[in-house]
Amino acid sequence: MTFLLQQTVIYTVPLILVALAGVFAERSGIINLALEGIMIIGAFVGAWFVRAMQEGGWNENAAQWLLILTLLITAAAGALFSLLLSFSAVKMKADQTIGGTALNLLAPALVLFMVNIVFQQNTLNLRYDAPSWFMLFQTDFGFERKAKLGLIGDLLLNKTYLTTYLGLLIYVVLAIILYKTRFGLRLRACGEHPQAADSVGINVYRMRYLGTSISGALAGMGGFIYTLTTSNGAANGDVAGFGFLALAVMIFGNWKPLNIAIVGFLFGLLKCVSASSGTLDINGDGVYLLAQIGVSTYVYNMLPYVITLVVLAFTSKKSRAPKAEGIPYDKGQR
Amino acid sequence: MKKERTLWNDGTKTVAASLLSILMGVVFGGVLLLVVALCLHMPLSSAWEGFRIVLAGVFNTGRNYDAGSALTFGINARLVGDMLFRATPLIMTGLSVALAYKTGLFNIGAPGQYLMGTAMAIIVALSLDTTVIPAFLVWLLAFLAAIAAGALWGCIPGAFKAYLNVNEVITSIMTNWIAANLVTLLFDGSQFINNVDFGKTGYTLKTSTNGVATAKMGLDFGGGNANAGFLIAIVFAVVTYVVINKTTFGYELRSCGSNKNAAKYAGMNEKRNIVLSMAIAGGLSAAGAALYFLQGDVEFYWHTSMTLPATGFNGIPVALLASCSPIGCVFSGMFMAYLTISGSQLSTFTAYNEYIANIIIAVIVYLSAFTLFFKGLMDARKKAPKGGDKAAAEPAGRGTKKP
Repeated sequence: MTFLLQQTVIYTVPLILVALAGVFAERSGIINLALEGIMIIGAFVGAWFVRAMQEGGWNENAAQWLLILTLLITAAAGALFSLLLSFSAVKMKADQTIGGTALNLLAPALVLFMVNIVFQQNTLNLRYDAPSWFMLFQTDFGFERKAKLGLIGDLLLNKTYLTTYLGLLIYVVLAIILYKTRFGLRLRACGEHPQAADSVGINVYRMRYLGTSISGALAGMGGFIYTLTTSNGAANGDVAGFGFLALAVMIFGNWKPLNIAIVGFLFGLLKCVSASSGTLDINGDGVYLLAQIGVSTYVYNMLPYVITLVVLAFTSKKSRAPKAEGIPYDKGQR
Repeated sequence: MKKERTLWNDGTKTVAASLLSILMGVVFGGVLLLVVALCLHMPLSSAWEGFRIVLAGVFNTGRNYDAGSALTFGINARLVGDMLFRATPLIMTGLSVALAYKTGLFNIGAPGQYLMGTAMAIIVALSLDTTVIPAFLVWLLAFLAAIAAGALWGCIPGAFKAYLNVNEVITSIMTNWIAANLVTLLFDGSQFINNVDFGKTGYTLKTSTNGVATAKMGLDFGGGNANAGFLIAIVFAVVTYVVINKTTFGYELRSCGSNKNAAKYAGMNEKRNIVLSMAIAGGLSAAGAALYFLQGDVEFYWHTSMTLPATGFNGIPVALLASCSPIGCVFSGMFMAYLTISGSQLSTFTAYNEYIANIIIAVIVYLSAFTLFFKGLMDARKKAPKGGDKAAAEPAGRGTKKP
């Protein structure tokens, strides 16, 4: 049970962070289809930076500081990359779907080109194992190695990553900013009715640049967190459609942070089940329930998308998608 | 307004804008090669060689090791054949995206439709007994089954759009990933997997193992992969052009694309048209997949639950470069295939790798979204020759002053 929950949380955190990235862009009026691409860039920059620092002799005892620094750098990389989208969407008034698709094509190509030419291989691995450097154990929190912490304690304090807590913290803070601050209100106004927002003196263009940049920062970070916690920090120009899954989470969550967190947990659970259905022992009693049911992992993989489609079919009338998303804002237009 | 009949009309401008995107994309690729060479302390001549290979594409004939291993150029028949073969599915996915675009739909679902077509084509081609049914009939059945599967897959986003008004981009993304997992599920543990050759279990059997292969029809090109599939793709392009531009049905599709409500008011069944448009688009993508995999010698990596086929996504640049003209798709599809060949030549003959081609393609897609801007630029230059850049940046007649 602990293992299942732990794994689910590990999938959930990047998923909801990237879904929130989608929310920030769409609420400002820009459809960010490039989440997948930005994640790939974030994962690559993060892996390269950590590797360089490890080779440069970063002290392993200060690994958590390295993690924090890397998160900041991946956020910056993601924000920078997302500027390509906001430039095309805001300044050039180009089709945002095409812009996003272009970035999704560009990111893996760029990453694979660089990894192949600089490192002469297809995958960029960290110099030292990610779990051995960054994973936190209960001993790190001052408990005895053999101490029993119970389900909750085990879940929170054993075999976790700092990024899980930081990710959740960032999620909560940004959700509050989006809903409870003046900036958040203005940002949302630009996605609903930019003309009205402009008429009261809000700079719509700047808000859209900001929204997309925050989105890029979150997605870049999410990409790094995802590869660090699930695939040992390796960057190979691929995050296996995780960015698109985050889009599904955002849509199913109706562009609202609380719903997204719930949906994210549900989809994270499915992702976790699909990743380990053959070897998962839920209660720790030696019964491999999921393996016995014998449903293919691909079914679990498919389910989130099927569920989202079904939900879309039933709730399309009540959808709270930002009204002005995808429409270039033109000051001259009435 | 009367249609402009001069040389510098809208069509020419569109072509010019596309060529501009291509030029800038290729230049970007060249600059990237140069920057990489500088950063990694590679000789600058290697960047120059790389750039020449990118430009030369199918006209690269290798290196002459007797003359200081200089690159040699000329017509490389085998590569030309490969280019035509690779262009075939690209033309088809390009047509798919273009047709949907004419109806006002963005078919980002081409990869999923392509995958469904792939699966159906391979399954039918491998499971029908060619000793009972003639091979060409199996080929035809596989081809039709693929089209049916793709059309069905295209219907889903179409129906969501028509009856529930859900954005087709979102539903297409969902159906793409459902297809990726569904196809893997279909092949997982099936008899179509290559268990014969060592280390090939990730791939399906070639359809030629069952005697099913596309006829060459004289397109031999020194052992290249080209076959009649390319001709079929051209036929599809012409038929699509005729249907869109010369028939009532095509007119209805285009009307729905320009203004759904006006089309409805004029008595057209706009819902049916949207679903049909997506179904046809799906069928075209899937037909492309069938033409590629029924070639006979191609293996399909069936463990695809984590990736979508690039050929599907590349239909978008093909259509955009052609400004969604079906005939244009033939040329832009061939151009994309040309770039892909350049990429593979690059990794064979230099220290660079094939991903540069994908980078150039991505840059071209990015820039092709600016087509309107480029066209505006050309218009402004023509209307106000003395205005210079300022007039170009701001379209006339719009109050874009800062408040």
